[in-house]
Amino acid sequence: MSLTQTIAKRIGWGLLLLIGVLILNFTLISIAPGDIADSIAGDMGGADATVIEEIRERYGLNEPFYVQLWRYVSGVARLDLGFSYFYNTPVTELILEKLPATLLLVFSSQILAIVLGTLLGVLAAKKPNGIVSLLVTFLSLFGFAAPVFWSGILLIIAFVSIFPLFPVGGMTDVTVEGGFFVQLLDLLHHLFLPMITLASIYLALYSRLARASMLEVLGADYIRTARAKGLPQRMVLYKHALKNALGPLVTVAGLQFSAVMSGAVVVETVFSWPGLGTLALQSILARDTPTIMGILFFSSFVVIVVNILTDITLRMIDPRIKAS
Amino acid sequence: MPTDATQPLLSVKDLVVDFKTRAGNARVLDHVSLELSAGKILGIVGESGCGKSMTALSIMGLVPNPPGKITSGSISLDGKELTGLDEETLCDIRGSEIGMIFQEPMTSLNPVFTVGEQIAESVRVHENASAQAAMSRAVEMLKAVDIPEPDIRARAYPHQLSGGMRQRVMIAMALACRPRLLIADEPTTALDATVQAQIFDLLQELQQETGTAIVLITHDMGAIAELADDVAVMYAGRIVEKGPVSDVLSRPCHPYTQGLITCVPHLVPDPPLQREALREIPGMVPALTNLGSGCAFEPRCEKAFAKCKTAKPELIQIADSQLGACWAPGSDNT
Repeated sequence: MSLTQTIAKRIGWGLLLLIGVLILNFTLISIAPGDIADSIAGDMGGADATVIEEIRERYGLNEPFYVQLWRYVSGVARLDLGFSYFYNTPVTELILEKLPATLLLVFSSQILAIVLGTLLGVLAAKKPNGIVSLLVTFLSLFGFAAPVFWSGILLIIAFVSIFPLFPVGGMTDVTVEGGFFVQLLDLLHHLFLPMITLASIYLALYSRLARASMLEVLGADYIRTARAKGLPQRMVLYKHALKNALGPLVTVAGLQFSAVMSGAVVVETVFSWPGLGTLALQSILARDTPTIMGILFFSSFVVIVVNILTDITLRMIDPRIKAS
Repeated sequence: MPTDATQPLLSVKDLVVDFKTRAGNARVLDHVSLELSAGKILGIVGESGCGKSMTALSIMGLVPNPPGKITSGSISLDGKELTGLDEETLCDIRGSEIGMIFQEPMTSLNPVFTVGEQIAESVRVHENASAQAAMSRAVEMLKAVDIPEPDIRARAYPHQLSGGMRQRVMIAMALACRPRLLIADEPTTALDATVQAQIFDLLQELQQETGTAIVLITHDMGAIAELADDVAVMYAGRIVEKGPVSDVLSRPCHPYTQGLITCVPHLVPDPPLQREALREIPGMVPALTNLGSGCAFEPRCEKAFAKCKTAKPELIQIADSQLGACWAPGSDNT
């Protein structure tokens, strides 16, 4: 099967999966006790039965379940995710406003974790009993053991209170004025700590995985062949061994992506990063159902896209993988 | 560099290689000496674990260190000493002056690069050739090892080729930079019998065309008889017999060599009434960590006597150019 056919097939499955996610989300939230009418009435400071009935009528809550479901799914197909009564804004608009901040945080921390983790893993595998190898083992134990809300707070104490090098939170400083590069620098300055925090767990995971994968590959016969050909050590390591060792890394990175998205929620809260995580937390607390469902939909969408990209990357790395 | 007619291309002298293991020090090569003249084929035979492959890896400078270490001895190629060279110099020699092919063509090629790329790479590294020139050399080499449609096959990945094809690719790769010495470490062990013969024919043909000297490591006494000029028989890290193939095979002096020769099954066109049972050498190769003071082959030897238990026989001249390491050399049982 050619690459384009595979991609087309994967996109088709991805769309079906998204519809499944929509139906599941909608059903789960519908069967939870209480509805929007109760929340709105609660915010109004209480309301009598006729007012609640009026609200129900306005939001279409009295119609049969399948009608409500159909209206929601067909709305999503037109990129209309409903209306947030809490923010008084269409949900799509609300999410598109916050999504870039989350994607920036998630992708920058993942790229950092993958690149640095792979590099550390390769260096560790080069000398399995050396100092880098020890560091990787230590780092992975620490990274796995330390929850992000704790390591994030430690970083704030260290680099905001004791050594005031980084801002405590937020994404930009409104008092900073200047051209594009000044703004970019300000953004990166704010991004640094949350990125490091979110990357730390995955740095631990990827460096350990890269070390194990490289150690396995370095024992392979084709590595001996590469050495016997007289290739310099760096070519043996970074070309012949690494390309074979990348497979498991890419697979795990793809599978972990949904966990990274949920990790981002916590990190955004700790660092007041104005992304989807903060929005999700606020809308859950406010029982803003359309927004919650919208966020779930968007994060599923991102995870599915990343999974398709993972498959394509794996196929490009290893010619033996044939999608069946 | 012109080769001195009297000086062998490859000369290994008193090579000792030790491995540190949990059970103690294992002497995997014990005073191994070999010579190979330009354009000749030297066969090395022996059971698994006797040190054949380790001899090859030592020549390539690829002894895994740790745990292995060349303790003493010298290896010289065309008069140039190879032991003690730094990694960078060794990298320049490997692949360009000495090529090597391995036992497992299935796993010896990198699965994620095309075979053309894997051949061309070595040309790029050693000859500073352009990518295009290196690739056309790769296609040329694939043609030389009789791969049909070489320009198409150059773009194939190893998993798209059969075992015999892959071994041809390995040979093409090893010879791409026209080395003066080729080490073939059991090149046919993993292949079908018919393909084995093809690979041996190919090696012989290429050897005659290019004049590359070959160290042929094998279990196959038939291949030795057909291809090699000289043969060295190894047992437990030592050479127990060596000399011209015709002499060693017709008048083997060491009981181990005699055993190896009688182990070869014969195809009998008309089955005789009483078929002879296939012979074997009883016992196992001893552990290298606790070799006694006597001959290592003594526990398995039919002719052993008291002296064999206490003293190691040295490799001494038996006939004109035939050397053997046995207290009771003879060729009486063939």
